[in-house]
Amino acid sequence: MDYAERLQNVSVLGAAGKMGSGILLLTAIEMADLSLKPENKGKHYVLNAMDLSGEALPGLMRYLKSQVLKAAEKKIVALREAYAERSDLITNEQIINQYIDDVLLVVRPTTLLEATYQSHIIFEAIKEDPALKTKIFRQINENSTVTPWFCTNTSSIPIGELDKKAGLDGRLLGVHFYNPPAVQKLVEIIKADHTQPELVDFANTLAKNLRKIVVPSADFAGFIGNGHFMRDALHGIHEAEALTEKYSFTQSVYMIDKITRDYLIRPMGIFQLVDYVGIDVCSYIMSVMNPYLKDEDLHSSLLHKMIELGVKGGQNADGSQKDGFLKYEKGRPVAIFDVNKKEYEPISSLQQECDAELGDAPSSWKPWKALVGDRDKDTFLKGYYAEMKSMDNPGSKLAVKYARRSKEIGLKLVEDKVAFSNEDVNTVLLTGFFHAYGPINEYV
Amino acid sequence: MIAGYNTISMGTGRKEFHPKKPRPDLEDYIKEAGQAVLKMIGGAEKVDETVFGNFIASRFNQQAHIAGFAPYIDEGLRYKPSVRVEGACGTGALALTTAMRSILAETAEVALVVGVEVQNSVKAVYGADILAAAGWAKERKAGHAYFFPGKFSDRAKAYTEKFGAEKPRDAMARWYENAIENARLCPTAQEYHNTTKDLIACGIQKPNPKGFVDSLNFFDCSKVSDGASAIAVVSEEGLKRCGIDKKDAVEILGFGQAEEDITKAPEEPTRLLTTKVAVQKAFESAGITKEQVGTVECHDCFTIAGIMATEAIGFAEYGKGPDFVLEGHTSRKGSVPFNTTGGLIGWGHPTGATGVHQAVTLWEQLTGKAGDAQIELQPEKPFGLSINMGGDDISVISIVYKKAE
Repeated sequence: MDYAERLQNVSVLGAAGKMGSGILLLTAIEMADLSLKPENKGKHYVLNAMDLSGEALPGLMRYLKSQVLKAAEKKIVALREAYAERSDLITNEQIINQYIDDVLLVVRPTTLLEATYQSHIIFEAIKEDPALKTKIFRQINENSTVTPWFCTNTSSIPIGELDKKAGLDGRLLGVHFYNPPAVQKLVEIIKADHTQPELVDFANTLAKNLRKIVVPSADFAGFIGNGHFMRDALHGIHEAEALTEKYSFTQSVYMIDKITRDYLIRPMGIFQLVDYVGIDVCSYIMSVMNPYLKDEDLHSSLLHKMIELGVKGGQNADGSQKDGFLKYEKGRPVAIFDVNKKEYEPISSLQQECDAELGDAPSSWKPWKALVGDRDKDTFLKGYYAEMKSMDNPGSKLAVKYARRSKEIGLKLVEDKVAFSNEDVNTVLLTGFFHAYGPINEYV
Repeated sequence: MIAGYNTISMGTGRKEFHPKKPRPDLEDYIKEAGQAVLKMIGGAEKVDETVFGNFIASRFNQQAHIAGFAPYIDEGLRYKPSVRVEGACGTGALALTTAMRSILAETAEVALVVGVEVQNSVKAVYGADILAAAGWAKERKAGHAYFFPGKFSDRAKAYTEKFGAEKPRDAMARWYENAIENARLCPTAQEYHNTTKDLIACGIQKPNPKGFVDSLNFFDCSKVSDGASAIAVVSEEGLKRCGIDKKDAVEILGFGQAEEDITKAPEEPTRLLTTKVAVQKAFESAGITKEQVGTVECHDCFTIAGIMATEAIGFAEYGKGPDFVLEGHTSRKGSVPFNTTGGLIGWGHPTGATGVHQAVTLWEQLTGKAGDAQIELQPEKPFGLSINMGGDDISVISIVYKKAE
């Protein structure tokens, strides 16, 4: 069965979720594009959008339609060629509308797992719960009328173990998209010891057709992305906790968030990133990873405390940010949660004092956006870090320490053979986390 | 002609432009430009009739029947004649010649001409469908997604195949640089806020056929613009009526109009043959030669069209347009400055207004009102020339101007 045949019947599990909807969108477009090729005329393409939440499916279809519209507008030049034989489609608008119809006709929203039993490919993007995933894989595998391949979007659970528990005989691959899948370029591909090589080839071809950047990761809990992020976040949490000896909790969180965003020139501060991913999600991923780690305790009681207080971050259905460590207005942090008082304190009331305590960032500082666009980042960063290392204020010192820890985490991933090279670690941080420079560098 | 006025050319490039935020609409632009002219000429009572130039508001804005906006500009225009004309991107100059014919026929002494277009109401990908109406509808299916860029990309390709790739590409980049540098001197220009340092580096970028067309990049293209331009076309009698000094007026010495068959492909894609005829007619009508032309407003909807215009006018030999541009003749310090406020690429291209904008620019230049964009005209070259083109060299109007004496 070749690539195009495989893609004639596909299911996405958890299709209405944040990750599932993006994977569904990309797959639907790829399948529709295949169906439009002359050699595939007359073939049927089925993409089951399976989600237990029936109420979420209409919203999913609306999301799909709006996203396919955007995609169609972008590739109008190619679409005019694809529909060249259709004499009834003359304007761009007619062609775009036809394409939206053609993509949506591939998709079949459903709440029934039975719908997936004819699929050759199962994309799984459900809750990060090993037992649940195992149960569903096993059920599909036992009832399927074909011999399906499974692709899981897990960001932390070892693939080989899931495969074994579900009895999939090497038909499971980790294909870890980043959020949101429609936009983020990175896909981590995680092959277990016994994963069938044809499945790996298929996933690589698919990722290439979706114009993704593939980074292979070893099958170790957390892989490269969370392997770095969870430790980096934990370092930030510990640094903030250490600061509470001298400063209030909100001041400490503010300072570490500011250092990680501004001094390190990252797209967002570490507490904002934890909020973005979700405090509960971060805590859960740590708990999934922790049993596999030796000499290391990946765990934060602060995260537990936040969750207990019902402060979890994450995103609303429309993609807007929920409040977590930080409170957001129009996507920008405006206040910080005080775990002791259980209320938010406005940033404006503590900003001035904290900034004065931290001291100035290096004079050569430029914002993340400008650094991303800088063609000669290397020269800039050398100078920037040299300056920061020579500075004596607390902000610069914390930042240099943070950058060193971030590098150390990256190097450890390579040393532990989770990542196959320094470049792979850097690529994950550059493309999956939008950092302007990789953590493994010569600047720090 | 007297009392010219341009609104801002609104669209990408302007700091105040945001595609998702509310902006002035068709009627706002009409009112702004129309009222500004009325104020300069002493009110609506001076006006005998109004001529609107609008290409296709019926699709960009679901608004036809533009003539009915004359009394909306000023109640004083109520019950006076008003007409809207259309000739695709050549609409503006068509409005001017319609007014001129009325003056010549003595059915009016003062005609208010308002050109207007509001195009940012739809995304470029759909705007391309609308603008494709300037071509033959039966050709749309076979045409490029970006229909007109596709047409002129074909011309650019034919030109480079005939005369070599490198020099025309350099000249197109140079044309872009001139356009932006001129636009930076004109506060109403769409590229007025452009601060890019290396404009040539933008202009020579390789075309991306996957996302756009084969032989043009985005910098080769005129802007998607909202805006209006207005001016009063008056007889000697009308000038007196408005109480405006001759030194503040330009005289129209002649104009030429030419039409090609819209259903036919260009006879020679490397040349603008209709433009050539229209310019020749304008020169004959005005009784001047190209050597007497001091400045030109040409229809650079694409950089390659600007280069071909230098050949169509006769400044450069066939195939030597790129040299003419690269030698600097068309720059603001050159022997014959072109498009001194940026042209369609730098100032903007609100299609139905463009021909009127050209007239306003020449009126400003010839009467010393061009502000920072003012050029010095040599006494032996006192004439201004405009070329306004509708479609792919289909409807072309060329006009010769001179400071009134």
